[in-house]
Amino acid sequence: MAAISREEVAHLARLSRLAVTDQELDRLAGQLDVILQSVARVGEVAADDIPPTSHSVPLVNVLREDVVVPGLTRAEALSGAPDTAEDRFRVPQILADEE
Amino acid sequence: MSDLIKLSAAALGEKIAAGEVSAEEVTRAHLDRIAEVDGRVHAFLHVDDEGAVQAARAVDAQRAAGDKLGPLAGVPIAIKDVIATKGIPSTAASKILEGWRPPYDATVMTRIRDAGMVMLGKTNMDEFAMGSSTEYSAYGPTFNPWDLTRIPGGSGGGSAASLAAYEAPLAIGTDTGGSIRQPGAVTGTVGAKPTYGGTSRYGLIAFSSSLDTPGPCARTVLDAALLHQVIAGHDPRDSTSIPLPVPDVVAAARQGASGDLTGVRVGLVKEFSGEGAEPGVMAVFRDTVEALTKLGAEVVEVSCPHFQYALPAYYLIAPSECSSNLARFDSVRFGLRVGDDGRNSLEEVMSLTREAGFGEEVKRRIILGTFALSSGYYDAYYGQAQKVRTLITRDFTAAFEKVDVLVSPTTPFTAFELGARTADPYQMYLADLYTIPTNLYGGPGISVPAGLSDGLPVGLQVMAPTMADDRMYRIAAAVESTVGTFAPPAL
Repeated sequence: MAAISREEVAHLARLSRLAVTDQELDRLAGQLDVILQSVARVGEVAADDIPPTSHSVPLVNVLREDVVVPGLTRAEALSGAPDTAEDRFRVPQILADEE
Repeated sequence: MSDLIKLSAAALGEKIAAGEVSAEEVTRAHLDRIAEVDGRVHAFLHVDDEGAVQAARAVDAQRAAGDKLGPLAGVPIAIKDVIATKGIPSTAASKILEGWRPPYDATVMTRIRDAGMVMLGKTNMDEFAMGSSTEYSAYGPTFNPWDLTRIPGGSGGGSAASLAAYEAPLAIGTDTGGSIRQPGAVTGTVGAKPTYGGTSRYGLIAFSSSLDTPGPCARTVLDAALLHQVIAGHDPRDSTSIPLPVPDVVAAARQGASGDLTGVRVGLVKEFSGEGAEPGVMAVFRDTVEALTKLGAEVVEVSCPHFQYALPAYYLIAPSECSSNLARFDSVRFGLRVGDDGRNSLEEVMSLTREAGFGEEVKRRIILGTFALSSGYYDAYYGQAQKVRTLITRDFTAAFEKVDVLVSPTTPFTAFELGARTADPYQMYLADLYTIPTNLYGGPGISVPAGLSDGLPVGLQVMAPTMADDRMYRIAAAVESTVGTFAPPAL
């Protein structure tokens, strides 16, 4: 049985904001199925009582002194943007025009 | 071809400090070499001729003014394109960042500049460091200087190839699952992954934040240690940076070069004793282990029963983190924007941009990670992989109670031909079989040239406990002292 269907891959691509083509979807679905069947082996390990590890460094709540330090200027922060307007990042329309 | 390009970084640093050669001469010799051979090797995505010569002249001026120079002042270095370099293109070999010039330097870059080192340019890699062959670069592959029909490893194939082709004496790599060590192994060079948190991730374009580790690439163990010393150490800008002193890796490399390993306990990982590896790789590995015994090391077999699950766990954890990290490429703050025609919505523009800007392997991993993190699958995939990560860490901890270091081949196979593994992504993933456990645990690992199989380089991997990076340098230097270094045929 397939670990993942073409429809699921299409749904995941939408969630990931990837406008994949139909041909890509055909290829990706097959490849992802092979990969998932292989990595599903982690399920063979009996680990119910094992705590998860998200990170190898046991540091928590790393804070710095609350003092002002130099950062990027506005011009530097905007320097790589595809489009700017009025010293801000310009984005395409988010909400549709009112009818 | 200038003889300068064949010298070690340590020797170049000494000659520059002594005034026997100027930093500018050294830099120009390497720029000339790049001009001569990089059309065939394609190790570089961007060469900064002008900036390099300026930086070299600054070092020469410092020396003329009577300043004492550090051990690597004036020594050229190649930087993997995943490291942010102020004002210099930094694309991570992706179309989505084509032409992006960061407004700041990564911490490792700041430290390299502060040491007086000269950046030659940015090296090719698999897009966003996802791959084991550099074939997933959006700008075309790099070719292995040992045989231009073969891959130079990945993701840091450009950095490793630049060393093997004598285009640079040192390079920076980043290692998430083996991207420093595996290219080192297949190009006959040295690649070291420091302890996770031992080198700063600030300014490293993130792939998998709990695994990504910048580190040194070199042609000799001592050179790698000298560069390690420059870039390592606590950085307040990285919240996972370890606030402890850097182990004295340079002293350890010098100690190892004496070739005496009396009293050192070396562990062979039973589970990595040959399944899936090429016979030629295993033959070199066995010879090297025997050489370690002759140097006085005590070699014992240890079992790490969960290492067989490291590859599957990694291919859930790394894509999960990548699916989150790469969400920042949203066509708003930097990089590419596609489809902004006044009719498409923001969401449509994001989807069209990401579709056009990301390559196939990156898309595969984003989708795989999105799957592993989605409700309904999280526990069985990402959650379970994190538990396996705990068990792998426990295997390491138990092993290091019995031995000082673990050794294995670095990668199961020598450099394969271009195109041999791109059709089946999982076959490509197997290149990192032996390197991945160390990343999940967080300890250091190094690949050192161990010999040749059918004329192609084979690497030995040395793995050490967390923050015991000095130990792996000692063993690697001892290996180098007995097997020597390996140079590819003339290009």
